[in-house]
Amino acid sequence: MPMPSAVTLTVNGAEVSVPQGATVAAAVAMAGQPCRVSVSGSPRGPLCGMGICFECRVRIDGRSHCRSCQILCEPGMDVKTDE
Amino acid sequence: MNQFAYDVVIVGAGIVGAACALAFAERGLRVVVVDREMVGGGATAAGMGHIVVMDDSEAQFALTRYSQRLWQKLRPQLPDDVEYEQCGTIWVAADEEEMAEVLRKQRYYRDRGVPAEVLDPSQLKDLEPNLRSGLAGGLLVPEDGVLYPPCAGRFLIEQAQKQGAKIRVGAPVVKAGGGMVQLGNGVEISGQIIVNASGSCSPGLTAGIEVRKRKGHLVITDRYPGFVHHQLVELGYLKSAHSHTSNSVAFNVQPRRTGQVLIGSSRQYGAEHKAVDQEILARMLQRAQEYMPGLGAMSAIRVWTGFRAATPDKLPLIGPWPGDRTLFLATGHEGLGITTSLGTASVLLDQITGTKPEIPFEPYLPSRAAQEYAHA
Amino acid sequence: MNKDCTSPFDVLVVGGGPAGMAAAMRAAECGMNVGIVDDNARLGGQIWRAAVSSDSHDKEAAKWQSLFGAASVTTLCGKRVFHQSEPGVLWAEGSDDLIALRYKNLILATGARERFLPFPGWTLPNVMGAGGLQAMVKSGLPIAGKSVVVAGTGPLLLAVAAYLRQQGAAIPIVCEQAPWSALLRFAGSLVKWPAKIAQTFRLKKEMAGTPFVANSWPVAAQGQGAIESVTISRGGSLETIPCDYLACGFHLVANIELPSLLGCEIRGGYVNVDEFQQTSLPGIFCAGEPTGIGGVEVSLVEGEIAGLAGAGAKSQAQRLFKKRAKLRNFAGALDRAFALRSELRSLASPQTLICRCEDVSYARVEEHTSWRSAKLHTRCGMGPCQGRICGPVTEFLFQWSPESVRPPIFPSRLKSLGAATAKAPEPVVVTRSSVKPRPLGMGM
Repeated sequence: MPMPSAVTLTVNGAEVSVPQGATVAAAVAMAGQPCRVSVSGSPRGPLCGMGICFECRVRIDGRSHCRSCQILCEPGMDVKTDE
Repeated sequence: MNQFAYDVVIVGAGIVGAACALAFAERGLRVVVVDREMVGGGATAAGMGHIVVMDDSEAQFALTRYSQRLWQKLRPQLPDDVEYEQCGTIWVAADEEEMAEVLRKQRYYRDRGVPAEVLDPSQLKDLEPNLRSGLAGGLLVPEDGVLYPPCAGRFLIEQAQKQGAKIRVGAPVVKAGGGMVQLGNGVEISGQIIVNASGSCSPGLTAGIEVRKRKGHLVITDRYPGFVHHQLVELGYLKSAHSHTSNSVAFNVQPRRTGQVLIGSSRQYGAEHKAVDQEILARMLQRAQEYMPGLGAMSAIRVWTGFRAATPDKLPLIGPWPGDRTLFLATGHEGLGITTSLGTASVLLDQITGTKPEIPFEPYLPSRAAQEYAHA
Repeated sequence: MNKDCTSPFDVLVVGGGPAGMAAAMRAAECGMNVGIVDDNARLGGQIWRAAVSSDSHDKEAAKWQSLFGAASVTTLCGKRVFHQSEPGVLWAEGSDDLIALRYKNLILATGARERFLPFPGWTLPNVMGAGGLQAMVKSGLPIAGKSVVVAGTGPLLLAVAAYLRQQGAAIPIVCEQAPWSALLRFAGSLVKWPAKIAQTFRLKKEMAGTPFVANSWPVAAQGQGAIESVTISRGGSLETIPCDYLACGFHLVANIELPSLLGCEIRGGYVNVDEFQQTSLPGIFCAGEPTGIGGVEVSLVEGEIAGLAGAGAKSQAQRLFKKRAKLRNFAGALDRAFALRSELRSLASPQTLICRCEDVSYARVEEHTSWRSAKLHTRCGMGPCQGRICGPVTEFLFQWSPESVRPPIFPSRLKSLGAATAKAPEPVVVTRSSVKPRPLGMGM
């Protein structure tokens, strides 16, 4: 059951509810997913938490290379971690 | 203080110097390459890395086609990080006037055995859906390719080293000629033959060479696999590349094996500093977006500049330098040094060893320039 | 958007952490037309970052928030400066806009980032910076019930451990690489800074029951798909501890990309400033971590001095010199106490990745003799982080110095880069009048 102040979005097609103000990186972690696949094929998640390391890149609503730790969740966002 | 004695001392460890080193070393000559900084650190590091056929003149065509063949032969040996991709070039025609040029170019290539296919607007759109609509067509040259020049240069040097060539980096060359190369640290290296392959620095070592710096800017994006499939060049490029005076930009993008998009190009004379020139960078990127609007939303991760070594007649200087029987030139390749490095090495080797050349080498002889300048 | 090119900011501040906020506030108090630009959604920087779920934030932050709120400053959040097209014009990008920021005087308060060091397994998901994990938790990552090993070096470790515990995490251990001798000398020197002692005691109280060990550092992380355990070196022997997260940072690296781009003189990795916090370029000031890692107090006073000096109030600025001198000694003490030990240079195995953007291994990077050579031949540092993570790594491992900085100093949209010119058809210029001041919004 989502909380009253929750935002619901999808991560790789599965619904996730997060508190208002949460970042996409937090939502991806709550969905139990890494953010991206590295150049040589290993899973990666956020490192710096402040938008400089680019490890938290995801695809949001079709847009590639979005730094998920800098972007707040919005209702209905479609987040993909396949890049 | 004469410390070393070689058959050939090559000044400049760019891709041209590297190719010469390999060619000479394979022939059993004792070779040393000297460079002020590193292997492939100058224009080789800055260039786009196209392996293309060009037809500004018969001589340019001969050297680029011959070189492209040499690259194709070398291809099975190239390590992965050289990233050789035979992606083909599409010359993009914006209007009917440029389409006429497409047809001329196709005839020219066909007559000389180079595959080339004329594309109508819908074929162009099929091959490159991210080009804007309304273009007149294009010419696909499928044997053209791209590679990553610094690693290609390093590969050639390593191959030369396996044949016994030596490499000395880290000290600038202050003098080259008279059978001797002098380094900034005082070391002198003597050789039967000195090759000035130092690109845009070459006039500093050999007075009287008409090689000018022609600055270029490049931009590379993050990874967007599948956005562009061929090297794309606007036919307007020819107008831009031929201008001798004004600063010019042209649409030229390449797909890299990484999925990155490499975007050029700009040409500037008289710019001596490596700093990014925002004015020309902006023009270059606006031009690129006119042809591929989707580029605008892409993340640009790096911008850099480099200096082409440009000659007045657009042909490189390959061969003996009049007035110094020990000194040979392999410079002035402007934007085609990556392509023509292998052909240059081969032409130079043929000249020095008196071998029957694969292509006529007279058009590249430095003496042609010396004569022209004398008449000018 | 306003296209009025004639009224630049009297003082523009880049960076909305403590130094930047203090600078903007003081300059505004002098009657200047002041703007502040920051890439985060809200002001406060990393240290005063607002939390999603908690109302409490520290008193110092609250005090400065209210001071800042009273000053009249044009606040531009979520805008990242990526270029200066000509002196006096910076360009910043938002999520879907591009703005030109014109200025007469400029204050750079670009802060610092964590230093990361490579060890086997450091690229596994859930191995994060110490500050990085804290930021993630503040922005909604649930940490209650999770086990977090905190390791690395610097005063940030204890603060992060205390915060995570307060949020319900279990902290089995905090590993500090510095030797006890250095830490004790540092602790002894705290006598000169009573506020720091109070802070330390508060942290200690909050950390009761958590072992804090010196002479200890991570040597490897293990896990399938994400970290499951970490092996630490502790007093000369190895110990493997199961965990859900490893929060690991090795002190801080100053963000000097923008000052470098503008041409400010850099010495030893920091921006060189005079007593008024002015850089080698007249009218361009720098405050906070980019002038030397010193923490929030020295950042605030440097910010105040820069703000006053940037507004021409030199005598007021001078009154703060003494306070700054005292606090700067603390910065020196920090550097000495948390100097990185040489054992950390040998943690990476040949296969350990040095460059995380391009997946370049230690073995490949090691073959080279300079940053530029490694970059060109291995792609180390060629990814979107532009070497911000692996650059400081190679600086520590191989003593390489970074290359000169070129625009864009941060990846930016190609169309922004192509439009960032004063001669563009439609320059978009933001000045005070065109943007409504935004509330600080701490604590949401």
